[in-house]
Amino acid sequence: MKINKNLAISENGFCLNPVTGESFSINPIGAEIIQLFKAGMTSEKVVKELCTSYNIDEATMERDLYDFVNVLKHHQLIQADEKN
Amino acid sequence: MKRTKITVGVTGINPIDSPGPGIPVIRGIRDSVEMESRIIGLSYESLDPGIYMHELVDKTYQLPYPSAGADRLLDRLEYIQSKEHLDVIIPNLDAELYSFIKLEPQLKQMGIHMCLPTLFQFEERHKFHLDEFGKKYDIPVPKSKTIYAPEEVYGLEKDFMYPVVIKGKFYDAGIAHNPEQARTYFNKISAKWGLPIIVQQFVMGNEYNVVGLGDGKGNTIAAVPMRKQFITDKGKAWAGISIDEKILLDMTRKFVKATKWKGGFELELMKDANGKYFLLEINPRIPAWVYLAVGCGQNIPEALVKLAMGKKVEPYTDYAIGKMFVRYSYDMIVDISEFEKITTLGEL
Repeated sequence: MKINKNLAISENGFCLNPVTGESFSINPIGAEIIQLFKAGMTSEKVVKELCTSYNIDEATMERDLYDFVNVLKHHQLIQADEKN
Repeated sequence: MKRTKITVGVTGINPIDSPGPGIPVIRGIRDSVEMESRIIGLSYESLDPGIYMHELVDKTYQLPYPSAGADRLLDRLEYIQSKEHLDVIIPNLDAELYSFIKLEPQLKQMGIHMCLPTLFQFEERHKFHLDEFGKKYDIPVPKSKTIYAPEEVYGLEKDFMYPVVIKGKFYDAGIAHNPEQARTYFNKISAKWGLPIIVQQFVMGNEYNVVGLGDGKGNTIAAVPMRKQFITDKGKAWAGISIDEKILLDMTRKFVKATKWKGGFELELMKDANGKYFLLEINPRIPAWVYLAVGCGQNIPEALVKLAMGKKVEPYTDYAIGKMFVRYSYDMIVDISEFEKITTLGEL
C-alpha cells in the first residue's frame, strides 16, 4: 500500500492531504495503520501486526482493514492504482 | 541592509465582507526588509476601513469613481502626485483597471510606475472571452455564453444543462436551477454591474485558487495555490490553506508563459468529481487573500513593487504547504473629525 508521500499525520491523528488541502481526524488505530503503511509494510504484514497487538482474528482484521483502505482511497490519501 | 525608501499608492483599501485586496497588499509591502515604504491609500468611499487604519496607511486620498472616466482620474492623480511623489501605484480593483492601463504612459511621465497587464491581456481574459481563451491556450474551461437581454435565458437549455452560473461582468454570481432563477439573477446582477451577463455551465466540485505574478516576459515570478476552506454567502474565501498541487502550478506556468502575463493575477478553478480542473475566471489583479502567499514565503506585493520599478526579480521556487489564513472582522473606533476630513476635503 502506498500512502501519498507528503501526507502529514500528527501524533494526535490529525492528517492533512497537502494536495487537496483536506484535513481529517483519524482515530489511534487508523493513525497506527497509516504509520505502518508509511513505514513500507504490506497489507498482509499490517494485518499480522495488528492481530498480534490487539488479539483479534485475522478475518475480522482483514475486513476492517479493507474498509479503512477504501476510505483512504476515497479521500485520495493513498494512490488509487496501488493493488497492494 | 539599507532599506530603499519608496512611496506606494494602493487602491482597494476596503477590507469589508467582499474585501478589496489593498490592505493585505500593504501588509506585504510593510513586511519587506528591503523597502521602507510610505503608503498612500486611494479610496472611493468615505467609509473604506483602510482610510482609518493609520498603522498601515500613512495618508489617504479619495479617487473619482471609475465611471467618471480616465480624464477625471488623471486630474486627481496629478494633484496627489504633486503632494506625495508616488513611485508606484498598485490598482487592486477590477472596475478601475481599464482606466489605469490606459493612463500608464501619462503616469509614467509623472514618475509613477505600475506593473499591469497590457490592454490586450486584460481584454482577452475577460469572463465573456473565456471560451475562446480556453481553446487558444488549451486550458479546460466550462462552457460559457455571453448574453445581453433577459429573454435570452429561455433558450439556454439548448446549450446548457441546469444548474448554470449567472455571472456579472466584474463581480457577483448566482447559481440558477431554472430559467426563472436565471432571469432573476440576470436582472439583479446587470442592474448592479451592467451588461453583458455571462452564463457558465455549473461545475460541481471543490474550489481552488492560485495567486501569481508574471513578469511580462513569460516567467512566473510567484505562484501559490490555495483551497478555500470556508466560503461566505458572497462566495468569498474566509479561510483557506496552501496546498501542494503540481497540476495547478503547471497550469499557472502555462498560462503565464502563453500570455506573457504582466502583473498580479488570480486563477479561479473548480475540481470536478473526476479530479479534472476547470478554469472559471482569471482576475487581472492580486486577490484579497494574497497575504497567505506572503505567509507562505512568497511576498508577491513586494515583488510586484520591484517589478514596477524595473528591478530584476528572481522567481520564487518554494512556499510553505499547509499554511492557513483565517479572516476576521474588527471594529475600529473612529473620531467623527476624521470622517469629516475625508468627506469634506477628500483626504485624510
